[in-house]
Amino acid sequence: MFPLGIEHYLIGGVLAGVGASLIYILTGLHATQSSFFTTTLSWLSKRKHFQKERNLQERDWRLFLAIGLILGALIYSLAFSPTGFWTTSVQIWRLALGGLLVGFGTRVSEGCTSGHGISGLASLSTTSLSAVLVFMGVAIVTANLVQIIGVLP
Amino acid sequence: MNRQNLVVLIGGVFFGFGLAYSGMTKQEIVLSFLQLEDLGLIFVMGGAALVTFFAINVIPKFLKNPILGGKFKPRKAPMSRNVIIGAAIFGVGWGISGQCPGSAVASLGTGNLPILVGIVAMFIGAYMRGLLDKK
Repeated sequence: MFPLGIEHYLIGGVLAGVGASLIYILTGLHATQSSFFTTTLSWLSKRKHFQKERNLQERDWRLFLAIGLILGALIYSLAFSPTGFWTTSVQIWRLALGGLLVGFGTRVSEGCTSGHGISGLASLSTTSLSAVLVFMGVAIVTANLVQIIGVLP
Repeated sequence: MNRQNLVVLIGGVFFGFGLAYSGMTKQEIVLSFLQLEDLGLIFVMGGAALVTFFAINVIPKFLKNPILGGKFKPRKAPMSRNVIIGAAIFGVGWGISGQCPGSAVASLGTGNLPILVGIVAMFIGAYMRGLLDKK
């Protein structure tokens, strides 16, 4: 069940939580990710959906959050990772098709693993709990189907 | 850069470091979780949610407002059909690719250049959501 142990998982999760908590305690903002796509598109598209007041207010800090995520992972890879930089071997079509559904679905659901999974659950939101159970359940079924039909890697 | 954005940047560094440290930035690790081979990833979301639980529910008992301004407001969204339909679509994408928004963006920092394809696809997906919004 835990072939790699649980320590690094727990430490990594706690560090991510410390980052989200730091942001919340100092600014009241929830460090959630999927809105980043919508607010960033407000620079490129004139559609009302993207030009909502809230998107325009949030688009700066959400960009900084994304830059922070990249920097944090970069610092880990340069200074702490035993294996250094890393590249996935998951096939490109899976990244493309999966990414399309992730972008669309999280924006319809208005939350993702961080929005519903971290901030929503931490806020004891039953809406987020339902969303987490659905995306986790569907993802488990999907990933197993993909494996069963023999898509590798 | 104002103080709010600086805090968000620093918090984001912790967040991204944690995701990379845990291995969640590796799509293979996420897929091994979803295929129920290594359940450790549950501790990433669990650990993060637990720490954030204290920030959202306990800290505001001692601190009236966020230190740099703004308001403490838990993240509670109303239930709707869209929440569930969207979560199901997200689940299919997550299961196909092992990517979610935060881990994909952080994964760029680990030198994982192919993930750019996934991130661009996420932008296209988010744009398609906007096209469906007739309001």
